[in-house]
Amino acid sequence: MFKLMKHLRVDVDNTMAEPASLGRRGFLISAIGTGFSLTFLRADQSFAEDSNASIDATPVFDPSIWFEINREGIVTVNIAKAEMGQHVGTALARILADELEVRWDDVRLNYVNSDPKWGTMVTGGSWSVWQSFDTLSRAGAAGRVALIEEGAKLLGVDPNHCVARDSIVRAANKTISYAEIVSHGNLVRQFTPEQLKALPLKSPDQRHLIGHNTTALDIPSKTDGSAVYGIDAMTPGMVYARPLIPPTRYGSKVNAIDDSGARSVTGYIKSIALIDPSDTVPGWVMVFADSFAGAIRAADLVKVDWAAGSSANVSEADIVDHGTNLIHAQSGGSLVVADDGVALAFSNATLIIDRTYTTSTVLHFQLEPVNALALEKNGVWHIHTGNQWQSLILPVMAKALNVSEDKVLMHTYLLGGGFGRRLNGDYAIPAALAAKALGRPVKMVCTRADDARFDSPRSPSVQRLRLAFDQQNKVIAMQHDACAGWPTQVMIPSFMPKGKNGVPYDPFSIAGADHWYSVGAHQVRALSNDLANSTFRPGWLRSVGPGWTNWALESFIDEAAISAKLDPLAFRLMLLDGKGINAGSMPNAVGGASRMANVLQRVAANAGWGSIMPADTGMGIASTFGQERDMPTWSACVAKVKVDRLTGLVSVEKIFLVIDAGTIIHPDGALAQAEGAALWGLSMALHEGTQFEHGQVRDTNLNTYTPLRMADVPELEIEFVTSSETATGMGEPPTTVVGPAIGNAIFAAIGVRLRHIPIRPETVLKALGKTQAASSGKLGG
Amino acid sequence: MTQFSINGKDVDVHDDPATPLLWVIRDHIGLKGTKFGCGIGLCGACTVHIDGRAVRSCITSLAGVQGAHIVTIEGLDPLGQHPLQKAWIETQTPQCGYCQSGQIMQAATLLNDYPNPTDANINAVMSGNLCRCMAYIRIRKAIKIAAVDMSKGHSNV
Repeated sequence: MFKLMKHLRVDVDNTMAEPASLGRRGFLISAIGTGFSLTFLRADQSFAEDSNASIDATPVFDPSIWFEINREGIVTVNIAKAEMGQHVGTALARILADELEVRWDDVRLNYVNSDPKWGTMVTGGSWSVWQSFDTLSRAGAAGRVALIEEGAKLLGVDPNHCVARDSIVRAANKTISYAEIVSHGNLVRQFTPEQLKALPLKSPDQRHLIGHNTTALDIPSKTDGSAVYGIDAMTPGMVYARPLIPPTRYGSKVNAIDDSGARSVTGYIKSIALIDPSDTVPGWVMVFADSFAGAIRAADLVKVDWAAGSSANVSEADIVDHGTNLIHAQSGGSLVVADDGVALAFSNATLIIDRTYTTSTVLHFQLEPVNALALEKNGVWHIHTGNQWQSLILPVMAKALNVSEDKVLMHTYLLGGGFGRRLNGDYAIPAALAAKALGRPVKMVCTRADDARFDSPRSPSVQRLRLAFDQQNKVIAMQHDACAGWPTQVMIPSFMPKGKNGVPYDPFSIAGADHWYSVGAHQVRALSNDLANSTFRPGWLRSVGPGWTNWALESFIDEAAISAKLDPLAFRLMLLDGKGINAGSMPNAVGGASRMANVLQRVAANAGWGSIMPADTGMGIASTFGQERDMPTWSACVAKVKVDRLTGLVSVEKIFLVIDAGTIIHPDGALAQAEGAALWGLSMALHEGTQFEHGQVRDTNLNTYTPLRMADVPELEIEFVTSSETATGMGEPPTTVVGPAIGNAIFAAIGVRLRHIPIRPETVLKALGKTQAASSGKLGG
Repeated sequence: MTQFSINGKDVDVHDDPATPLLWVIRDHIGLKGTKFGCGIGLCGACTVHIDGRAVRSCITSLAGVQGAHIVTIEGLDPLGQHPLQKAWIETQTPQCGYCQSGQIMQAATLLNDYPNPTDANINAVMSGNLCRCMAYIRIRKAIKIAAVDMSKGHSNV
């Protein structure tokens, strides 16, 4: 499974990663019952003459590039990605279909299960399109070449005089459809890796699908109720289960279960304590009934006596205080960026800005509560559930069930929201353990409150940032310390690269701090909050680390600009000089900091940056490069807000965004992702957030956890930079830029600097009170 | 035994009268398009029509629908071609799609009450339906497109 590392691009050796390349794989078109299959060969199955193939190649068979064409001309593309709203199947199929010259209406998607033949399965980090572009293009081109050759043969013409378009091969005045070619021709071909690499690909202006709007293939079923999500999976003879979740995430033990109150519930079966060899769900009790409604009712009446684990009294403040102490201890942590001369520069500085920023716990609150259906059939465990990272949970599942991994098959369903929650497939474990204990199929569904308490939330964070100016008002050094719970440490520590001081770190939890500003001597220190890690299971949540690192960084840059008496936009542009390591690199970060400067200037122009604002209204600016320096999506935002001084309410009137994500595969789909991501950013800045109390999240349902609703949606103006550079990810970057833009806008509106998200009206009022007291104090003094 | 009609078909359901209608629809009748989100009537994913009104089925008991006419997303239009459904596709509104049955059912009654809804009408009626993907911009746009489409339909009658 660690082959995944290459695909995930967690580049342990810190070398610049490349998009998944073809490597040494060949390509094979073979006859099947219904037509032909077109598939990449595993490196270890490559052609005999290509005998070196298996030496250096990764024996991964990327399933997303495998497709079939049948005698009706229907092309079915196998998708090994989780469909959770980003229309990833459509995005991947479109790349292939463009080169294949197939009619879009003839394209179908098939979401595959976790059979090892499909390779490693993970969907996250906005990587899907970026990883697959070249590979899919060549798969499509190979199919087109074969169809043209075979079509020409059937037409009795020279293939060099034929073109393919819309599922038809045309010679001068003759045509033949793909359906006819498949029915009457023989497409069987082999392409060596060299031949594949030599295939002619279209130039951007020749594309019909990429860069143009097409309808997403998964959408119609989502308008008539026919789309099938994990929660909809059923099997004959199954029973329903609802868990009773113990008082602590770890270390709870069941002393006794009293189900006397539940026995009168219609359909109640029984309650059991799960025994979990994988220790994924220690202390869980499952309540079974013949309906889910019965299981919910019964579970409310079952009393469990638990011996709680050590985190039973941990609060949010404890976690944040612990993080603050770790940061102030100076030693410890991993040095992710460690330039020489940081200490010297600070000792020579004439002005030092030193600020601390915090963020609260955030729930995924994906609308479909986590659930799984588990059953055993002929020695194989079948797990039916929506999941983003099957390859992560399969070995855990095997351990829990005490079977080998090849005896577990995860079936794919649409996800009623992912946002990173379903990267961690821990919810499949209790369903499987329950099915094993009962000896029959079990469908476990969490209620909303169960889901919230069992979430892998975004950890609270503490960050301290320092910036040194010399006497010419020039920035000469920067330090950024960030402390949070680390999902990667908890769930897959082998994915942690080592920092410059040899200490491993969670790359997802510090990404964003390694920014593109030229700040002289730069130091970034990442610290794992062990109290967070032992209290809950930190999760990857949409955008992960930049959700907090960029909040701090972009608020801080604003504060630094104002302290140095510079315009926040001008200050940013000055630091984005594109020199040295910020010059950019091939293939993904061409242009470097200059592309960031460009999106900032464009968004400022769109928003009318610098214009006079009405009272208590202000504009704030911020930028982000997304998650990773190696795959930057250059994004800049201006938020226009109005603050009500009486209530402390912040109204976001308009959000301007300019995004440079290189080649845009699907403009309307990219826009949809950017809209959702921007509103997520707004929601997390003003509307969401919870706190740990007694080792549990305080807010478990919509009565107190309050994501953004329709009435609070501002006007959005989003522009994409036209570019033919490498396509980068779209699902996440705008998420992290809106929060600091709002914080900066609040400062512009009322002169109050807020250093914590979410921003609550009471915090605004409190800060306003302080500002007013300070100014009246000045007047009085 | 509770009797009601669902999408034009009469049904008799034997279950605890306190059972939420949502689970009767999903697990007894087998119509899975109506979704479970929060269980307390605050997300709107379970919205169905009871006698023409949008109702949260997760907090409606089986006993409460004796004799009622219920319509779910599967019954909104026999071909899935209600103007709202067409507008949802035209605007490519659904992302994960999980909330969209409820959104569409809520929007259908919105357009009955306000055939030409203002933004304020849409905010007031649709703010009870959470879209976690935050596809709100497109939901609003789709409702307006459907409103125009339906008003044309009416003028032809």
